Amino acid sequence: MTSLYRITLAVASLALLVAYVAPIWSISLEAPQYPEGIGMYIWINQITGQKPHDLQNINGLNHYIGMKAITPETITELKVIPWVIAFLIGLGLVAAATGKPVMLGIWVGLFLTCTVAGLIDFHLWEYDYGHNLDPTAAIKIPGMHYQPPFIGTKKLLNFTAHSWPALGGWIAFSSLLTGIVLLISQIRTSASARSQKNGIHSDPRPHE
Amino acid sequence: MKPNTMLSILTNRFLAGCGLLLLLSGMFFFACQNPGLRDGFSDDAARQVYVPPGEYDEFYSFFSGGFSGNLTVYGLPSGRHLKDVPVFSQFPENGWGYTEETRPMLNTSYGFVPWDDAHHPELSMTDGVPDGRWIFINANNTPRVARVDLTTFATEEIIEIPNSAGNHGSPFITPNSEYLVASTRFSIPIPQRDMAISDYAGNFRGSLSFIHANTPGEMDVAFQILVPGFNYDLAHAGKGPSFGWMFFTSYNSEEAHTLLEVNASQNDKDFIAAVNWQRAEQCVADGNARQMDTRYFHNHMDRATQSAVSTEKTSVTVLEAADCDQMVYYLPTPKSPHGVDVDPTGQYIVAGGKLATVIPVHSFDKMMQAIADEAYETTIEGIPVLQYEAIIAGEVENPGLGPLHTEFDGQGFAYTTAFISSEIVKWRVAEPWDVVDRIPVFYSVGHLMIPGGDSQNPWGKYLVAMNKITKDRYLPTGPELAHAAQLIDISGDKMRMLLDFPTMGEPHYAQALPAELIMDNQVQFFPIEENEHPFATKSEAQTRVERDGNTVHVYMTSIRTHFAPDNIEGVQVGDEVFFHVTNLEQDWDVPHGFAIIGANNSELLIMPGETRTLKWTPRGEGVYPFYCTDFCSALHQEMQGYVRVSPRGSDVPLSYATGN
Repeated sequence: MTSLYRITLAVASLALLVAYVAPIWSISLEAPQYPEGIGMYIWINQITGQKPHDLQNINGLNHYIGMKAITPETITELKVIPWVIAFLIGLGLVAAATGKPVMLGIWVGLFLTCTVAGLIDFHLWEYDYGHNLDPTAAIKIPGMHYQPPFIGTKKLLNFTAHSWPALGGWIAFSSLLTGIVLLISQIRTSASARSQKNGIHSDPRPHE
Repeated sequence: MKPNTMLSILTNRFLAGCGLLLLLSGMFFFACQNPGLRDGFSDDAARQVYVPPGEYDEFYSFFSGGFSGNLTVYGLPSGRHLKDVPVFSQFPENGWGYTEETRPMLNTSYGFVPWDDAHHPELSMTDGVPDGRWIFINANNTPRVARVDLTTFATEEIIEIPNSAGNHGSPFITPNSEYLVASTRFSIPIPQRDMAISDYAGNFRGSLSFIHANTPGEMDVAFQILVPGFNYDLAHAGKGPSFGWMFFTSYNSEEAHTLLEVNASQNDKDFIAAVNWQRAEQCVADGNARQMDTRYFHNHMDRATQSAVSTEKTSVTVLEAADCDQMVYYLPTPKSPHGVDVDPTGQYIVAGGKLATVIPVHSFDKMMQAIADEAYETTIEGIPVLQYEAIIAGEVENPGLGPLHTEFDGQGFAYTTAFISSEIVKWRVAEPWDVVDRIPVFYSVGHLMIPGGDSQNPWGKYLVAMNKITKDRYLPTGPELAHAAQLIDISGDKMRMLLDFPTMGEPHYAQALPAELIMDNQVQFFPIEENEHPFATKSEAQTRVERDGNTVHVYMTSIRTHFAPDNIEGVQVGDEVFFHVTNLEQDWDVPHGFAIIGANNSELLIMPGETRTLKWTPRGEGVYPFYCTDFCSALHQEMQGYVRVSPRGSDVPLSYATGN
């Protein structure tokens, strides 16, 4: 890898540090009774209300439809993800230091795998909260489930729910994308170098 | 037909015709004379007071409730009623003065006083301008002053005024909220004692109290000045050049004690008492004052415990006017002056002589010169009476009949109410002291209010007339009518009537300030973790019922949409049951109520994060329901519970549950 690639990779890795200080995902809700909005942030290690008591109030509202209370301390993933991110940062820095393209490949592969796994996990949690409802709930609407949108906007009774990455999430996606671009570019460069070495290249001009 | 009959018919017809013509011309002239009436109905006026759905008023205005004992809040220019803030009167709507937490707020040296007559709201000030921290209001009947916090719109503090009766001239504030004053309308024996009423003259005294107002929780009477036994009526603080002075009107310089309408209206002039409060501070510091034994109460809502702390005080600092020279001067002022108002520059002191034919305007500079020159007419009990001619800046001619109160627009004009001629006159606060405009109001206006109109920097724009007589202004509601406020546009050269709106109780005075000074500071709920109420229950896990002899304490919580516990057994006839209900919600606008059948007091209305206590004494065995009174959610109607009451000595064990 050239030094430009290595610096870019180091920056992309270090950018993941933002995920420790900013939420990665945001679910916000609007309703006639909540003109000011109510919502929650998902961080790599916690879930918080967008305003101080939003999470408590969301749980209060959800109890009418029999949804389980969102209790961050019972979600194992929130204990694991900070270590995964730390590992990815470390591995990315090692890859940048060694400059070995194979290390870049491993980093991107692991990062992509973790991201996809994380999103699937997020979807499963949402599915569970939205479908696995208390049968004694006060409000029961046949056929109705309350799974928030995976990404985008969805109407759930009187609430309109918006689900989008938050700052930490956008930074993580950018970091991953940067890694993928670097990897593709590296592969193309290597392929081009290999073809020259094998004498297939027909350009008569001297290489710089 | 006889000729003379014919003549008589002709004459009658001629007279009838003339009468008809006169009637028509009268109507024409009437219509020409009253353009203001028609102006009030123009589309333009409607647009000026229309606040579209979802938008806010420009000003908060605070009206005293008068005999309701409350403070009422209206938005301007719409005149929309926003809130009643209970102050001196029990208020079953939210339990003020009924709950165990708030009852001590109404303690006085006369015991528990559940009602009063509140006249004058007064906003706290910084640099001579309302700052939106607090609003104070007086209790007229059992002398007190209260502080209402403008982040919660709740009464937080009440101080009783000793050696006082008829706390009318109160609570006028100094430019940096150094002091509030409280003057005695009724002079009385000080200290109180048994004596003949006819010995009033020379024996009854008035008191002018200065109250520390600038530290929440520490309101106290700093000192009282004892003065001759006139009726001290209203007051206003000096500002700018006159900073350090307080001006009090007085009437009944005749010292009459009966049939005052005649006997107190004999002197051509009564007095404004000009009090140099900085001089008074000095005399107190120099030891010219004395401590007088007395009793008065200080009541304060403690934020942490959410409960009133009531403290009895037993001594007050008293200063005889005669023991502190250069402190009090009397300014002769025509005919039983009512209001005394100081213009924004602090230079002019305007009196509303309710029986006078002119509005006298005293000059502060001339007053100081007269003091320097010792231009005294006489001296009353050691208080120099300055010469009227030496201090007068001008007299406003033709100000209407019965001038009472004046406020200012900050543009060099003053506006004075004329009670008897039922109008507001606008006049120039400068030579030639002329009336430049007048507008009729309906009917018999008392106070008027311009936002910031008694401050150093009025916001102007609107004027509210607070009328004492309503008659036909609204749909009639039997013998008792709402009071009539009228909103007048004062932004142009001519006053324009914009709006009538009914007000509740009997508002005397009001104050207003721009909404943005208050609206962003609002408390939305009380953080539950800061609730240090001794009977707070901060989670459902802690709910319980405990018996202590014949007293039962119920530690209850409310959250959408249930009480915990909601089934209670083991209470016995004759028990005193205290329901300590904590609202666990931590969201704006989710109060819960609590009411139980047969309660001899009120309901509870509990704000999120708050704990309130209702005492209940069951009189017979049975099973009694309680429920939430504030429509809190879709399942509000399910928010209920039962208390089982067994005979005295029953073996039904004390038990409680939710959701079993």
